Amino acid sequence: MKSKIVLTRSDKTFYFFNDLLLLIALLIVLYPLIYIFSASFSDRLSVISGDVFLWPVHFSLEGYQAVFKDPRVLTGYGNTIFYTIAGTILNVILTILAAYPLSRRTMVGRNIIMYLFAFTMLFNGGLIPNYLLIKDLGMIDTRWAMLLPGALSVWNVIIARTFYQSTISQELFEAASIDGCSHLRFMWSVVLPLSKAITAVMVLFYGVFHWNAYFNAFIYLKSDELYPLQIVLRDILIQNQIDPASITDTEDMTRKQGLADLLKYSIIIVASLPIWLVYPFVQKYFVKGVMIGSIKG
Amino acid sequence: MKPNTSPLGDGRKLKQMRQDYQLYLIILFPLAWVIIFQYFPMYGLQLAFKDFRIMDGIWSSPWVGFEHFEKFFNSYQFKRVITNTLIISFYDLIAGFPLPIILALALNATLKTRFKQVVQFVTYMPFFISTVVMVGMILQFLNPRIGIINMGMGLFGADPINFMGEPEWFKSVYVWSGIWQTTGWGTIIYLAALSAISPEIHEAATIDGATRLQRIRHVDLPGIMPTIVTLLILNAGSIMGIGFEKIFLMQNPLNLSSSEVISTYVYTVSLASSAPDYSYATAIGFFNSMVNFILIMLVNQFAKKAGETSLW
Repeated sequence: MKSKIVLTRSDKTFYFFNDLLLLIALLIVLYPLIYIFSASFSDRLSVISGDVFLWPVHFSLEGYQAVFKDPRVLTGYGNTIFYTIAGTILNVILTILAAYPLSRRTMVGRNIIMYLFAFTMLFNGGLIPNYLLIKDLGMIDTRWAMLLPGALSVWNVIIARTFYQSTISQELFEAASIDGCSHLRFMWSVVLPLSKAITAVMVLFYGVFHWNAYFNAFIYLKSDELYPLQIVLRDILIQNQIDPASITDTEDMTRKQGLADLLKYSIIIVASLPIWLVYPFVQKYFVKGVMIGSIKG
Repeated sequence: MKPNTSPLGDGRKLKQMRQDYQLYLIILFPLAWVIIFQYFPMYGLQLAFKDFRIMDGIWSSPWVGFEHFEKFFNSYQFKRVITNTLIISFYDLIAGFPLPIILALALNATLKTRFKQVVQFVTYMPFFISTVVMVGMILQFLNPRIGIINMGMGLFGADPINFMGEPEWFKSVYVWSGIWQTTGWGTIIYLAALSAISPEIHEAATIDGATRLQRIRHVDLPGIMPTIVTLLILNAGSIMGIGFEKIFLMQNPLNLSSSEVISTYVYTVSLASSAPDYSYATAIGFFNSMVNFILIMLVNQFAKKAGETSLW
C-alpha cells in the first residue's frame, strides 16, 4: 500500500482482529521452539522442577556436555553428513538427467516416459516388495540402502521439467543445434547455467530430506556404525535409551534422571541446528520451489 | 500434459529420434532407476496372491489366489485399522484443511509488511523439523512428570494426564501436532494464488464501498477457490494413505487400540514380527495402494465433471 489510506471504522476493527489473529498464530508456533531452546541451556533441576518458562534458568551447558559424551551422537552426525552430501549429489544429477529430456517437446515417446514416471506417484509396490528388492540386491545393512532407493523424487523431476519448459525455449536449442551443438553440450553449457535457481531449490529440498530421513535407515540398516543421526535420536528421544556413560557424574537417581530429561532438549537443538542455521538464507528458495510445483505440468 | 506439437509421420519420427538420440542416452539412468526401484517392487506385488517361501523366491512360490485378502478382511484387526485410518484422516482433513486458508487470507490482508514477514518466517519453521524430533518434542511436552503442558495444568490444580498412554487422546495429539507443524507452510500455495488476483478488482470493490472483510469474502476467496478445490481433491484422494513414520513413532502398547493404522499394521505383521508373514503383509499393502489409487482417480474424475479443475 503506497498511499496513505483513510480507514473506515469497520476496517479498523477488521485490521485489529486480523493482526491479532496473526499474532496468536505467531506465538503458538514460536513458544514451543523458544521453550526447547531455553530448557536446553538450563540446568537439570530447573528443567525437572518446571522453573523454565521463557528464558534459560540457571544457565548451564550440562545437557550439551551429556549429549556429546554419547559416542552414538558423533557417529550419527558423521553418517548423516555423508548421506546428505552423497545422497543429494546423486539426487540432483538424476533429477536433471530426467527433467531435461522430458522438457523437450520434440522428443518422440516423451509422453509415454512421462506417464511411466508419473504413475509411480500414484501407485507403488509397498513395504514388503521394496524390502525384498533391496534384500535381493544385497544392499541390506550397507550405505547403498541409504542412497539408491531414494535416489530420485518424481515430484522434483516434474518441478524441474516445468521450469526448463518455461525458461529454455525450443528455439534456443534449435539455434544452438544449427551451430552444431548437441543435447549433452547444450545441457551442460546452456541449461545448467540458466537454471541455477531451480538447481538450488533441488539441493535444498533433497538436502533437508536426507538430513531428516529415518525410514530407510530404520528398515534397511542393522549396524550401529552405519546409523544416521535420526536413528540415534529415535533411540534417545523416543525409546529412552540413554547411554549410561553420559550421565555418570552423580550417584543420585533423581539427578541422573534430571540429566536424562535435560539432554533430550539439548539433542533436539543439536540435531536441528544445521537446518535452522541455513534456513534464514534459503527460505525464499524453498518458497519458490513450492510455487513452481504448484503450476500444473 | 499437452500432446506433441505436430503429428509426425513414421519416417519423420525416426528422423527426429535419430536427431535426438542423446536425449534417450541422457534419460537412460533415471529411467533405469524408475524401472528397478519402482516397477520391480510392483512386479513383486504378485506375492499377495502367493504363499511366499524364502527358499523359492517370489517367482516360484505357489499361488494361493485371494486367500490373504480374505484372511485380512475376516480378521478382527481389519475393522480396527480401517476405522483408525479413516477417523484420523477425516479429523486431520476437517481440523487441518481450513487453517492454512484462514492464515493465508489474514497474512494477505495485513498492512504491516514487516510483521507479515516475521509471521511467515516463524510459521514456516516447524516444517523443517524432522519427524523424529517432532515426536520427541511431543513426548517431552506431554510428559506427565516434566512436560510443560501437565505442569501448566498443575498450576490450575488439574491432575497430570498421561496423554501418550491413553488411547482417547492419541488422535488429537497426532492431528494437532501436525497442524502446528504444517499450517504455516501450507499457506505458501494460497499466498501465491492470492498474489495473482488483480489489484484492480480490489480497487473497484473498494470504490463500491466494500469493507476489507467483504473483499475477503467476495474477492479473495473466489480468487483462490480453484486452488482450494485442487488441494481438497489431493487430500481426499489420500484419505486411506496415512504415512507410516510419525504414527509409528508415536505408538506404544498402551495407545495401540487407537493408533494402529494400515501402514503400521503391515509393518507389525511382517518386519516387526517374530513369525513374519510377507505374503499377508504384501496383500494388505496392495489392498491399501489399490484403494488409494482408485480414490484419487475417482476424486479427479469428480472434479473434472464438476468443471472446476482437475489434477491432470
